[in-house]
Amino acid sequence: MRSGIVSYGAYVPKYRILPKEIGRVWGQDGEAMGKALNISAKSVPGLDEDTATISVMAARRALARSGMDPSLIGAIYVGSESHPYAVKPTATIVSEAIRAAPYLTASDLEFACKAGTAGMQACLGLINSPDENIPIQYALAIGADTSQGAPGNALEYSASAGGVAFIIGREKVIASIDLTMSYTTDTPDFWRREGMKYPSHAERFTGKPAYFKHIQNCAGMIMKRMGTEPKDYDHAVFHQPNGKFPIVVAKKLGFTDEQIKDGLICPYIGNTYSGSMMIGLAAILDVASPGDRVLAVSYGSGAGSDGFDITITDEMKTFPKDKAPLVNEMISGGKVIDYAIYMKLREKIKLEGE
Amino acid sequence: MSGARYWRHQDQRYNMAGNECGVCGSRFFPGKTMCPNCHRRSVGKMKKFYFNGNGKIITYTIIHEGSLQYRNQVPYLLAIIELEEGDKVLGQIVDCEASDLAMGKKVEMVFRKLGEQGKSGTIQYGYKFILK
Ligand SMILES: [Zn+2]
Repeated sequence: MRSGIVSYGAYVPKYRILPKEIGRVWGQDGEAMGKALNISAKSVPGLDEDTATISVMAARRALARSGMDPSLIGAIYVGSESHPYAVKPTATIVSEAIRAAPYLTASDLEFACKAGTAGMQACLGLINSPDENIPIQYALAIGADTSQGAPGNALEYSASAGGVAFIIGREKVIASIDLTMSYTTDTPDFWRREGMKYPSHAERFTGKPAYFKHIQNCAGMIMKRMGTEPKDYDHAVFHQPNGKFPIVVAKKLGFTDEQIKDGLICPYIGNTYSGSMMIGLAAILDVASPGDRVLAVSYGSGAGSDGFDITITDEMKTFPKDKAPLVNEMISGGKVIDYAIYMKLREKIKLEGE
Repeated sequence: MSGARYWRHQDQRYNMAGNECGVCGSRFFPGKTMCPNCHRRSVGKMKKFYFNGNGKIITYTIIHEGSLQYRNQVPYLLAIIELEEGDKVLGQIVDCEASDLAMGKKVEMVFRKLGEQGKSGTIQYGYKFILK
């Protein structure tokens, strides 16, 4: 059997803010903004949540479903653009908090919104090494973020929080990864310099030469190599910087709304950045049946796309999904807050003496 | 709590590592060096035990005047929780309002930020609870 996803877990913080409320504060038509972006709400992390806590929660859920001994995990990669420390890995915190430490390798990755899928590829490489001197049986790839857009900026309507963990291995695979390929260029569409709180983006690059070009090329390359067409897939999921781009890119590639509906999550919780495509894939795993074929393509600014051709296996029949919350359950369990509470949770309020 | 002291308690804070008496089976969180039921008979027989973190609220309180480290969180909720696997623990309940709490309500463990050593210091993580 091919290697692939052995288990998965997702985590979305409980709080939500609506576009109308953000618009109210900045004198913008928030409702129109929400409609234009196809985002009805975005998730907001609690005061005590960050990329490390979200990563741990997602990883623990993946372990709960697999029932495996965490010490069998030989590698952990955490992809994020909001690691809590500039220097000190999130992956070491995760390794202790899931009791996988100390006999493993661990590292953090950064590639805008696709660092998590880059981690999946690194995990696949390790567990498939034919070299017996690299004895790694299972590896854990996490994509998680608590991203922020500058107040009043268009990004404030979409930048949200959440994370997903995939355990990658060769045995008891529920979703085999039949092919992974990437498409990478140096494109300055979106960036954040060291020490800066908020990211910047170059308007002229955000659409066509960035998101669309990379995803279309990556998806096209995969279908060409596999000899497939869009109609051969039961599900497709693409990176979701807003609720609109993935619908447009699906259409351009020849996928129907039906094929992308199960993995389209951004309209309900916003863009979870490194978790974005992965949470869509997790939502598909929540509902997929054995034999289902999935095309999944991430996108990270800077820029690149990682694509995966996936087949759901018979192992899915007995896989205990109910041992952790489904993505849809987390989406519907949100608690709406106003902008003042949002400011408090995002630590934008200065306290006495600060 | 100092960084070093915190680090020594990491397994306890991160994973609710306590222990279990090898003689009578009682469980303790945090772990004890000797079982209060079996006294000397338990010496050398205390085994590490990881609690699953499920429990129910025995009693709770709302903190309005937090210590300096937690002042950005006020008002916050503290509860004494009876763990289903034994022993009781004092813990913060998050992601809910005081009006959501009641004695007997079930909770589960989550992993959260506990505090930080200032803006340039280390960040401390550990268990808190949410309503089930
Ligand atoms: Zn005893």
